[in-house]
Amino acid sequence: MTGKPILEIKGLHKRFGDHHVLKGIDFTVEPGERIAIIGGSGSGKSTFLRCMNFMETLSEGEIWLDGTRIGVEKKGTVTYPEKQLCQVRERLGMVFQQFNLFPHMSVLDNVMEGLVTVKGMSKAEARKTAEAELAKVGLSEKHDAWPGLLSGGQQQRVAIARALSMQPEILLFDEPTSSLDPELVGEVLRVIKQLAEEGRTMLLVTHELGFAYHFATKVIFLAEGVFHEVGTPDEVLKHPKQARTQDFLRRFGEFAF
Amino acid sequence: MDYSWDFGPVFEHFDMLALGMLNTVKIAVVSIVLGVLVGLVLAMMRLSTRKWLTIPALVFIEFYRNTPPIVHFFWFFYALPVMLAISLDPYFAAVLALSTQSGAFYAEVFRGGIVSIERGQWEGGRALGMTHSALMRRVIVPQAISRMVPPFIERSFELLKTTALASTLAYADLLYQAMLVNAETFRPLEVYTTIALMYLVLLVTASQLARLAEARLTAYQ
Repeated sequence: MTGKPILEIKGLHKRFGDHHVLKGIDFTVEPGERIAIIGGSGSGKSTFLRCMNFMETLSEGEIWLDGTRIGVEKKGTVTYPEKQLCQVRERLGMVFQQFNLFPHMSVLDNVMEGLVTVKGMSKAEARKTAEAELAKVGLSEKHDAWPGLLSGGQQQRVAIARALSMQPEILLFDEPTSSLDPELVGEVLRVIKQLAEEGRTMLLVTHELGFAYHFATKVIFLAEGVFHEVGTPDEVLKHPKQARTQDFLRRFGEFAF
Repeated sequence: MDYSWDFGPVFEHFDMLALGMLNTVKIAVVSIVLGVLVGLVLAMMRLSTRKWLTIPALVFIEFYRNTPPIVHFFWFFYALPVMLAISLDPYFAAVLALSTQSGAFYAEVFRGGIVSIERGQWEGGRALGMTHSALMRRVIVPQAISRMVPPFIERSFELLKTTALASTLAYADLLYQAMLVNAETFRPLEVYTTIALMYLVLLVTASQLARLAEARLTAYQ
């Protein structure tokens, strides 16, 4: 793809104390790209994703969104004004492993929350949008339910509807199916697939390699805080060049592409 | 025991005891309200990232947690007026003691409620683009309140019982009025049994009200 990048990351480092998790990553996302990020546990793949919408503070590096650098540099130190971070986060929707729905709000209120509080939409208008998003993930009949009473798969679909309602330019999925019972994974992956078919720009951190193969336009294998191998799903998942990638894939054993 | 019970003289002075009970309720309610304000300020100081706010709050809270309540009453009644060269009536001294004491404990209740909210809730709100204050108002505080209610009620019951210490400053609460009635009737068994029952009725009534409030505030859990 040769479009202008929406998101650009330059020289990203992340340290937790002495633990150097991300060691200088350069990365771009172009419109319509679907990037799957894979790697062993502790490889830093979730941290990498979480740096993009500043769920983690960067130790070093720059993030550019639509050609604008995030953060304000003054005398060599970069600060991130809250207002700017809020705008960035509004533009990058995120879906978490643990759903993170608001348990004190109904399903519909969960989806309306960002529209009303962040976008300043009227309740009636927000309600319409939220209802449409919930219909899309197949949960129209659950408007008034408390999130805590839904299955994990349903909760995650509500979380996706909540993220979608904000009309994000990029969707970040942080292991969206990792905390689900196996029989509930399918319903969530189907929704993500549907979003892919709409041509949305998405980043997905996942262990579902079979899904990644069909879903992604690009696959990144992250190991020891760097991009170990990058390519098309075919290149990385079927014909990996690096010994370490081959090793990682072998440990996953047989999986159907 | 061949003691012959006689509540007659006590009931003759029941108006004095009723006044005492009213004063007990009054000082408790005023001190709870002020205590909540003190507690909110202290909790916000404790939750701050600035040391010049957290340390004074911590010192204040630890001071109250580690000193006997009656000392606070004496300090506000006998010591503070010396320091400020004013005179403080028993009611104000007792309100100061009760509201600062309970404020110190409420602060920990409030702070505990806030920090008990899982990190995922903060992240869920942040990821939508919510500001810190919107997140607090819409997501964190509403959930924290329902967790604060049980310890808050427990602490308020402690305060209600501690109001009896105000009698040592000659504030006309239920216990102080009982002492007056006793001095007139020489019927300690009947007088103190009666006010024990009155405290019991007061606390049981309050706990019923509290249970109703709790049910409403924790509905979604």
